Amino acid sequence: MTERLRSALAPIAVLLFLLLIWQLMHRIVGNQALTAPVPTLEHLWRLVGEARFLPHLRETSFAFLQSLAIVWVAGVFFGVVLGAHRFAGEVMEPLIVGLYSIPKVTLYPVILLLFGLGMHAKVAFGILQGIIPVVLFSMNAVRNVNRSYLRAASVMQLTPLQRGWFVLMPAALPEIFSGLRIGFSLTVLGTMLGELFASQRGLGFLLMSAIELQDTKTILSIALLITTFAVTANMLLGAVERRLRRSQASNAERR
Amino acid sequence: MMSRAASLRLGIVAIALVALEVACRSGAISDKVLVAPSRMVIAMAELLASGELLPDLEQTFSAVGIALCASVAGGVAAGLALHAMPVVRHALEPYLGAYYAIPHFAFYPLLVVMFGLGVMPLVLLASLFSMVVVIAATLTGLDRVPRVLLKTALLYRMTPWQSFWSIRLPAALPHLLSGVKLAVSYCFIAVIGGEFIMSTSGVGHQIALAYDNFQGARMYGLIVLVLLITVTTNMLLYGYERLAARRRGA
Repeated sequence: MTERLRSALAPIAVLLFLLLIWQLMHRIVGNQALTAPVPTLEHLWRLVGEARFLPHLRETSFAFLQSLAIVWVAGVFFGVVLGAHRFAGEVMEPLIVGLYSIPKVTLYPVILLLFGLGMHAKVAFGILQGIIPVVLFSMNAVRNVNRSYLRAASVMQLTPLQRGWFVLMPAALPEIFSGLRIGFSLTVLGTMLGELFASQRGLGFLLMSAIELQDTKTILSIALLITTFAVTANMLLGAVERRLRRSQASNAERR
Repeated sequence: MMSRAASLRLGIVAIALVALEVACRSGAISDKVLVAPSRMVIAMAELLASGELLPDLEQTFSAVGIALCASVAGGVAAGLALHAMPVVRHALEPYLGAYYAIPHFAFYPLLVVMFGLGVMPLVLLASLFSMVVVIAATLTGLDRVPRVLLKTALLYRMTPWQSFWSIRLPAALPHLLSGVKLAVSYCFIAVIGGEFIMSTSGVGHQIALAYDNFQGARMYGLIVLVLLITVTTNMLLYGYERLAARRRGA
């Protein structure tokens, strides 16, 4: 077996193993607690086909995309500013790290009181969960930029904006991208948590009403849908990240 | 002597708190939305003094404690096993990397259906949530044990157990410690989040209850309490980490 084939097959084997465990668990705890893999997938397929499902999916995607846009843009902006301005970074970093380590779910009622029930609260909660790693990663990325690039920039008398766009961003891109990837996952989590606690629409709401009805099939289907989405997106972003790192490394070698 | 950055930071926090206090007291921010920081602290002190919170605190902390022990023990064991079996590790690695993309809270309801409401599903959720960060830290730690140390172990003809106990483990400890630090945060997040979503007791449940009953001061008192506890725990671990680093002469 070639190396490449083996490295592709191993994760698939793990996936099959997980499915096997799922099936076994189903045998042990019974249909009421855990539906078997195949019926769950069938149910998910039927659910996605139903007309009442689409508005919920659209609501969640819309909330998620809004949060993600703000998390990525504002996160990178603040991170780059704090990384480039050393003193400001030194002042703010412990505050940001402190905020990162607290369980932000406890702040959810505060968000609800500030933004009211509905879209705004969901978006705010997604941002609250997702933005901090993006800021931290971008900040560290900019701090670790090779000093001689910065000296070259000042020799060429670049304006701060040019410096940020032509020098800092390309040099820091791979590491910033790691932050974007982690921010993506946490924003998914945040938006969904927001919908679980209080909402009238969205996948989280469907999940919550399925819980109240003890509808295991629907709970599992939705959890599976969100997990598949999150894991696939994470793998794609990870592939882009590796590519960026490789191209940066080969550029550095050529010099 | 405090550095300039640290004093400025303290100043920013103090100004923010005073501004919040003034805004709340003057009525610029309605007390239905946000109560003054001083009232939050008073509410917290009253809650603690009355002792009515003790059962909830006990439940939340025992859940966090059990989950933390389980995830550290399980995570280190799994990390060691994976390190010893490169083929399995290679197969699992993409999943470990994507693990924190899984919205774990979506599976909490299933755990409740399986195990009933109580500490059990919370402990399971928290240990599953925090275990992978310990596994990752163990793997990183073991990967970075200097070759020289391993050669020394060979020279001394140590048994695998001896080389693990007196060489690999101490050398991997700094990485492990940062994994444990993260695991503490993750356990708190999972337990309190779970209590929030669905439970009949616990600090998270009390916060949700106070929110539902429009008891603003009580809710903020509880939130401040949780934040204080987690920040203190983190700072203690951080202090210990620095102490350990200094002892190694780093």
